[in-house]
Amino acid sequence: MIRLEKRPTPSRGWAWATPIVAVLATMVAGGLLFGALGSNPFEAIRTIFWDPIFGEFAFYYRGQLLVKAGPLILIAIGLSLGFRAGIWNIGAEGQYIMGAIFGAAVGLAFYPMEARWLIFPLMVIAGVVGGYLWAMIPGILRTRFNTNEILVSLLLVYVAEQILAWMALGPLRNPDGAGFPGSRNLGQYASSANKELIAGWGMHWGVVAAFIAVIFAYILLSRHILGLNIRLAGEAPRAARFAGVNPERLVLLCLGISGALAGLAGLFEVAGPAGQISIDFNVGYGFTAIIVAFLGRLHPIGILLAGLLMALTYIGGEAAQASLGLPASAIQAFQGMLLFFLLAFDVLTNFKLRIGGEARA
Amino acid sequence: MSAPLLELRGLRKAYPGVVANDDVGFTVGRGEVHALLGENGAGKSTLVKMVYGLVRPDAGEMRFGGESYTPGSPHEARQTGIAMVFQHFSLFEALDVAENVALGMENPPPMRELAARIREVSETYGLPLDPARLVGDLSAGERQRVEIIRCLLQDPKLLIMDEPTSVLTPQEVDILFETLRKLQAEGTSILYISHKLEEIRTLCDGATILRLGKVVGSCDPREKSARELAEMMVGSELNPPAPQAHDLGEVMLEVNALTVPPASAFGTELRDISLQVRAGEVLGIGGVAGNGQDELLAVLSGEVPVENDKLRFKGEPIGATGPNPRRAKGLLTAPEERLGHAAAPDMSLIENAALSGWVRMGMVKSGFINWSKARAHAEHVIKDFDVRTPGPGNAARALSGGNLQKFVIGREILQKPEVLVVNQPTWGVDASAAAAIRQALLDLAAEGAAVIAISQDLDELMEISTRFAALNEGRLSAPRDAAGLTIDEIGLMLGGAHGMEVAHIHEEAAP
Repeated sequence: MIRLEKRPTPSRGWAWATPIVAVLATMVAGGLLFGALGSNPFEAIRTIFWDPIFGEFAFYYRGQLLVKAGPLILIAIGLSLGFRAGIWNIGAEGQYIMGAIFGAAVGLAFYPMEARWLIFPLMVIAGVVGGYLWAMIPGILRTRFNTNEILVSLLLVYVAEQILAWMALGPLRNPDGAGFPGSRNLGQYASSANKELIAGWGMHWGVVAAFIAVIFAYILLSRHILGLNIRLAGEAPRAARFAGVNPERLVLLCLGISGALAGLAGLFEVAGPAGQISIDFNVGYGFTAIIVAFLGRLHPIGILLAGLLMALTYIGGEAAQASLGLPASAIQAFQGMLLFFLLAFDVLTNFKLRIGGEARA
Repeated sequence: MSAPLLELRGLRKAYPGVVANDDVGFTVGRGEVHALLGENGAGKSTLVKMVYGLVRPDAGEMRFGGESYTPGSPHEARQTGIAMVFQHFSLFEALDVAENVALGMENPPPMRELAARIREVSETYGLPLDPARLVGDLSAGERQRVEIIRCLLQDPKLLIMDEPTSVLTPQEVDILFETLRKLQAEGTSILYISHKLEEIRTLCDGATILRLGKVVGSCDPREKSARELAEMMVGSELNPPAPQAHDLGEVMLEVNALTVPPASAFGTELRDISLQVRAGEVLGIGGVAGNGQDELLAVLSGEVPVENDKLRFKGEPIGATGPNPRRAKGLLTAPEERLGHAAAPDMSLIENAALSGWVRMGMVKSGFINWSKARAHAEHVIKDFDVRTPGPGNAARALSGGNLQKFVIGREILQKPEVLVVNQPTWGVDASAAAAIRQALLDLAAEGAAVIAISQDLDELMEISTRFAALNEGRLSAPRDAAGLTIDEIGLMLGGAHGMEVAHIHEEAAP
């Protein structure tokens, strides 16, 4: 009989090893899946994990890596603070959309004025405000009426998607666009463009913001009293109250930070890689960031690495679809396996596996 | 009717560091209501867990109906004819009464038949209960009826009840007692665990008194006074309180006519509590758990804010402030529950030292924590209070209960509080460490701090208190000088108030 035995102290070794073991297990299970679909498993894994960085077309893919990882890391850092405190913002996707709409609207309002020093910073602020306000809805509903922030924030994603469609077809539609849905291209408007900072690297202001967020979150969690309070609230709510933490203020703060960072990610995306507000602007970064946050063990450095890894599976997955003809759903299942294995192996951090022996009451 | 129904001989159960039961033996006759009496921690729960098959004794033997009885599981105990009603209910709120009853049965009959039987039993025993109602809508007393009916449907020969009245209103207690007498008249034996003396005198035919895991006496409670029972329970010689010859200073903390509604359905209401503590004294607050101790501590610590002028610290109103402003002023608290309330289980001792210490120990500067100061504080506590741990980096949950208790008490004492409130300061701590903690509390008072010690351990309170008050059903008796207080008077303060309680109760019992 296999038993789980609680460790007196969480294992540090396993806390580090879990993500690595989870990635390896995902490769094995994913290989079996791809094999069952009729592809060569080794080739598929190589296409996903190796080729984008070291393969023949790596010069193209490498730039994509940061473009994809930037928003994932930025959003996941915000989410991780709330997750640590036991506050579950599942609606980062909606906050991402609202940040993009707010920021794009500000940029478009100034079109065609030439004043980048004014317009771009205003757009950034508007993006933050958009995401923050959208996250305050579940926050205030929870603190005032004790609603569940998981459900409210999730459902608001679909509201945000409707607003996005309306914006793309209505108020923000390009007047010179011959009636096609979608806004003017912000990337082609010098005052609002979020351009690549170093050609070919995929490094834009959103990626810079993500790195800064990693550093700030690291300092906050390890050195700041607020970070201690956030961890306390998640691990032992009564002890947090004893330590003087106001739970309602913490809910608003954590939802606010995660919303603001998601909005920021949306703004940088719409002004840069995406370029315009369109019906299909959002591609699920807000949801994938949840996986990134957990894959990174809710630790800022871990999230940085997890964001890069996740971006790699996106890019590699696309390459595998193109070159090996794997279906998109197989790639999604593959990404899902990563979270599954991570959570499964995570048990070993706090529990020992005992095989055999007598069970005691 | 030759052999007694249940016979226990030489039962022993030891846990690491503590002997919960040692050479315990007594008998329960057929149709007898037998009381198991003792303070918290005397070993009552361990004993009944052995009888109910939840815990295996290390030594000794049990006989049931004259035959050897070694239950391996509660399932076996139930088949033998033993049923138990626990202090904490195990019910699903989202299911109805009949479904909950079915979940606890070995072979539940079809629902309609079961509902009919529940009605029948509830009428026979005067336990009104509708099988179709949702448990979530029931009062505490009604929930207990569900548990009792679940037991009665199995037709037990012996019914064990663990502190059954702790969540009941006096009216509900009356109903319960009628039911138990009816059961007794039908020949069912009842093992009744309580520390409420008056209840036991009204209900029980026999009593066994446990103290520190050993049987210290048995008697017919109807022939004893509450005073005599209390003496047996706490030991006839209550240590005479240590004479504390120092002058009392100014009033440090004052509570004025404080009433706080219960936070949850099972919480206790604090009713019209007034108290004063002066510099240099230890105010001991005695009482059985669940009579408002946790609630009182939460109000004093600032976790539950109240009207600002209900609480005064050196004359200054502080009722509406949170824990940290109070710490800054010098009012510190140590809650009863070590893991999860006083300390975060998965955090290191360093982090746990910062948890309550950062305000007073200057560990935080413009929001940033000085971890070396936190480590120094943790190491100081570990050294001065002899906390056994490999180092301050260990998680709180890795410490034994007693060691963690030393840590969370020491953590507050070393912050040099002006007022310290402790709840169960020596709970689960071995005798010598408990003495050290008590001495530290006395030293603190001698240095001019005011100490409020909430405890269930009367010996402890008599040893350290300057004045003594009893907390009973959320009311605090008028404090009296501890010197010269007799056991009789303490017994009256603790248990006697129950009799008078009826007059105060509003119609909150009937749903």
